Amino acid sequence: MTPTPIRVSIAASIAAILLLFVIFELIRSRRLQERYALLWLLTGIVTLVLAAWRGALGKLSETLGVSYPPSMLFLATGFFVLVLLLHYSTVISRLSDQNRILAQRLALLEGRIREEGASTPAEE
Amino acid sequence: MSAQMRLEASETVSTLRTMQSGQIAAPRSHEVDSRVAALRRIAVVPALNEEDSIAGVIAEIRAADPGFEVIVVDDGSKDRTAQVAAAAGAHVVRHPYNLGIGGAVQTGLQYARDHGFDIAVQVDGDAQHDPAEIELLLEPIVEGRADLVVGSRFLGEHKYHAPFARLVGIKLFAALVSLIVRQKVTDTTSGFRAVNRRGILLFAADYPHDYPEVEANVLVFKHRLRLTEVPVCMRSRTTGASSITFRMSAYYMIKVTLALFVGLFRRSPTPLEEK
Repeated sequence: MTPTPIRVSIAASIAAILLLFVIFELIRSRRLQERYALLWLLTGIVTLVLAAWRGALGKLSETLGVSYPPSMLFLATGFFVLVLLLHYSTVISRLSDQNRILAQRLALLEGRIREEGASTPAEE
Repeated sequence: MSAQMRLEASETVSTLRTMQSGQIAAPRSHEVDSRVAALRRIAVVPALNEEDSIAGVIAEIRAADPGFEVIVVDDGSKDRTAQVAAAAGAHVVRHPYNLGIGGAVQTGLQYARDHGFDIAVQVDGDAQHDPAEIELLLEPIVEGRADLVVGSRFLGEHKYHAPFARLVGIKLFAALVSLIVRQKVTDTTSGFRAVNRRGILLFAADYPHDYPEVEANVLVFKHRLRLTEVPVCMRSRTTGASSITFRMSAYYMIKVTLALFVGLFRRSPTPLEEK
């Protein structure tokens, strides 16, 4: 089995640290809510651990039968990106559902106000 | 005005209507007629850019049964659909933007739920449903045989002409839905349908949005409501374009099939019981 080239480990670690930094900055400036940041943080931390801890990456790729350890790094991050995408699909579904309910309530309320406004002078 | 008072008032009005409809030549047996007249009934008309046909539809519903109130749900029209409908004497609610046919029908049924209606009939705003046939839809409901009645184009002698591809699609869904609900269903895409109070409560709380007519049949089955079809005769549309022509593609059929099977296993909220 090919060991992970040191340059790959360094580059991947720097990328993971940069990612974590950006995530923290987004949370700090309130542009990213914590509830949506958790998965991102997990992704960044796992990438950083696997990139910096060469022994763990080697062990993991050996266990899974991945002959080239840097591919394992790619695979792990790819998996987390998939989980993130799925998570956002559920978020979008929930938002569009809430959006529809809001539109319906608004339509019914507006209709009621219009009818009451129209009927009030007539009753007098 | 309290709900109780409103209910009593509406009963008085209904009784008056019974007498009126008794004097005017009743087209069907008097027994069914008076039972229909005792119920508060509303026509839900989803409409999207139907300013040319909407007034005619409202007038025809009123002509067929003056006891019907009409709620037009304007699903984000760009034309004067809402103004024309209001001028024609219908209740009007307007979505701030387009929600699709399922959302529009559900809003109408929520209106029916909130205002205590016993029967709601869905009549499309493009005039392809003949309001004179509404009474056919009501019969199984007043006789207590069904909670949802669908007007089918494929029952009875009326011949419905459709392009071959669309016919194949409709037949395929009919077979699939029949299999799922363990009951023969001939027309799963018909938007000409009636529900009783139980159906109103169910659909107001939970109505399928992507392919409402097909999925609603399955939803009704899951909630153990009774579904019945009656033969109706659809008119060819005078204005607008069918939403089915482009939907009835292979893509549409795969999506509906998927939605049907997912719908079978989906968790559904139970409708709120009447207080």
